[in-house]
Amino acid sequence: MNPKDQNKYEEPNMVDTPLHHPLDDLLRTDRIPHIWCPGCGIGTAFSACLQAMRTSGLDLEKTVMVSGIGCSGRGAGYVKLDSYHTTHGRAIPFATGMKLANPDLNVVVFSGDGDLFAIGGNHFIHAARRNMALTVVCVNNFTYGMTGGQVAATTPYQAKTTTTPRGNHEAPFNLPLLAYASGATLIARWTILHARDLTECLKQALQHSGFSFVEILSPCPVNYGRRNRQSALDMLKMFQDKCIIQNNASPADLEMDFAKRIVLGKFVHVQRPTCIETYDKTCRLADFSKGKAA
Amino acid sequence: MHIIESGNVAAAYGVNLARAQVIAAYPITPQTPLTEKLSELVDAGEMNAQYIPVESEHSALSVCIAASSAGSRAFTATSANGLLYMNEQLHWAAGARLPIVMCVVNRGIGAPWTVWNDHQDAISQRDTGWMQLYACDHQQIIDTVIQAYYLAETVSIPVMVCYDGYILSHTYMPFEIPDAKTVDMFLPPFTPAYALEPSNPANLNTVTLPDIRPDVRGNMAPAYMEIRHNLHMDMREAIDVVADIDKKFKKTFKRGGNPYIEPYRCDDADFVAICLGSLSYQLRDVIDLLRDEGLPVGVMGLRLFRPFPDQAIAGALSGRKCVIVFEKALSYGNQGALYADIKSALYPCKSRPIVHNYILGLGGREIKTAQLIEALRKSCKKPKEIGDTPVWIGLKL
Repeated sequence: MNPKDQNKYEEPNMVDTPLHHPLDDLLRTDRIPHIWCPGCGIGTAFSACLQAMRTSGLDLEKTVMVSGIGCSGRGAGYVKLDSYHTTHGRAIPFATGMKLANPDLNVVVFSGDGDLFAIGGNHFIHAARRNMALTVVCVNNFTYGMTGGQVAATTPYQAKTTTTPRGNHEAPFNLPLLAYASGATLIARWTILHARDLTECLKQALQHSGFSFVEILSPCPVNYGRRNRQSALDMLKMFQDKCIIQNNASPADLEMDFAKRIVLGKFVHVQRPTCIETYDKTCRLADFSKGKAA
Repeated sequence: MHIIESGNVAAAYGVNLARAQVIAAYPITPQTPLTEKLSELVDAGEMNAQYIPVESEHSALSVCIAASSAGSRAFTATSANGLLYMNEQLHWAAGARLPIVMCVVNRGIGAPWTVWNDHQDAISQRDTGWMQLYACDHQQIIDTVIQAYYLAETVSIPVMVCYDGYILSHTYMPFEIPDAKTVDMFLPPFTPAYALEPSNPANLNTVTLPDIRPDVRGNMAPAYMEIRHNLHMDMREAIDVVADIDKKFKKTFKRGGNPYIEPYRCDDADFVAICLGSLSYQLRDVIDLLRDEGLPVGVMGLRLFRPFPDQAIAGALSGRKCVIVFEKALSYGNQGALYADIKSALYPCKSRPIVHNYILGLGGREIKTAQLIEALRKSCKKPKEIGDTPVWIGLKL
């Protein structure tokens, strides 16, 4: 064979040869193309989550994904597992019901900041307080992306949105601190730029026996970035420049301020009895032993 | 001034002209551009109001309830599941007699999810004690928002201004923005029937007992049943108030004249189609086509759904051969809510028309001219062949 021919680059036949994504077996490919905008970080977060699911050793036959409403809420629709797309803010109570009905299930909540911490905020603090054995993955894009970029409970101070054209005068949540104060037993924050650390952390979160919470910072170039003169790349550059990794940092030191620095890492990883364990201990087994004694 | 803008922006300008003082809202499609426009007007200093970007619809109406209790003119807007999430506070606002105005940008409700238009959201909140006005185009949206404050504050009952999601909210039409000074003359500042006042502390809406009892001053105070009876009676009286406001509005702005029902080619019509919202304007083209065929048919758009203008309905419809009710909502397990109300309004009439019910456009299903023509032709030519059961248009089973 002519060595020249060997080196000849062959154009892949895009029409006849379907290109496979390595996670195709976990995706409802019939629903692709997805709705996420160019430059959006949810796809990376979702991909990290699926990759972590695959490598975590969890029985995927017994794994379900629950989402609320919003761009990240589409996750449940794209994963080829049993999944539930709930009403706005109610992903965690749906997930709680599933876990209580069938404690053998691995229940993953994949949703956005608006869904989990504004309209559904109450459910988050109570699931964390109970140490309900769920993995809550929150894609934080600092805005309500799906409805066009309104101010959210996570929008940085002074950021511009469609409902705060002159800048947000409110302070955003420090989500890891909220999770810590509420009683979550695994708490971490990464960005989509830190895809490997994120995937590894999600794996640990999935394997964790109690309530685990992973916040994933993500650009929303179309509905958040555009109004703040930040392209998707600008935001990633900021993730690179402003983020420092500090595992076990105090949750009180994790406020979201891009003017200073953003701390990433795994901040909390402790064990305490889960809701189902304490329930069984207090209500089920106690009754059973009493019955036996009688 | 005439402009070309979307229905949501028309609503926002109406709220601005009404000089609402407190706006609390949560994003939901297709309402969002309305409150975005309001936040823009507030931030630009064009509107002297507080805009509160709350964390849920339940909170949005709670904020409005508190603002209204403190004597402010309050506004919120929502759609579909957002309206349902407000449900507890809807009943509260009506029971507490607070003249809040809310735009409901009509959208179908889940499950399964839909973002497109039908009327199930507002119709399902029919019995909350709110008044419901429906707009058919952008001019009516802006005019109705202004009238709604007048109505709400006259009878101390909250009002929903309903208009079709996307069909009106996101389409662009020319409309006139009334002159602000004239609106100020038409709609005076809000003087609450009662309001929280630190110098005269009050405890509002406390627990009532099943029977009446003396209050702290020894006067007999109404109990729950009396308070609810008064709400009902005041809402019935509001039917006349709607007509008075329409008359005054027409005198000032030269628009209106049909407070309850907007008829089109109905004078000599033996057959009358009736519906809520923008569909009645779409049906006008269908009526023209059927008139060309020689069918004596007309259409009425119902503007006021609660309180239900039963006398006006009976007056407009009795003596006709057939009334055809088109509905984008359903009382599941029975029939269309509007259909049932219209039949009930016609029951005391001496000459009762046959009434038909068509269900269409649920979850944004396209409504085609040919389908409307076919349905109306059938109702006109063989009225006795269609029974009391709702007929579904465009269903693909």
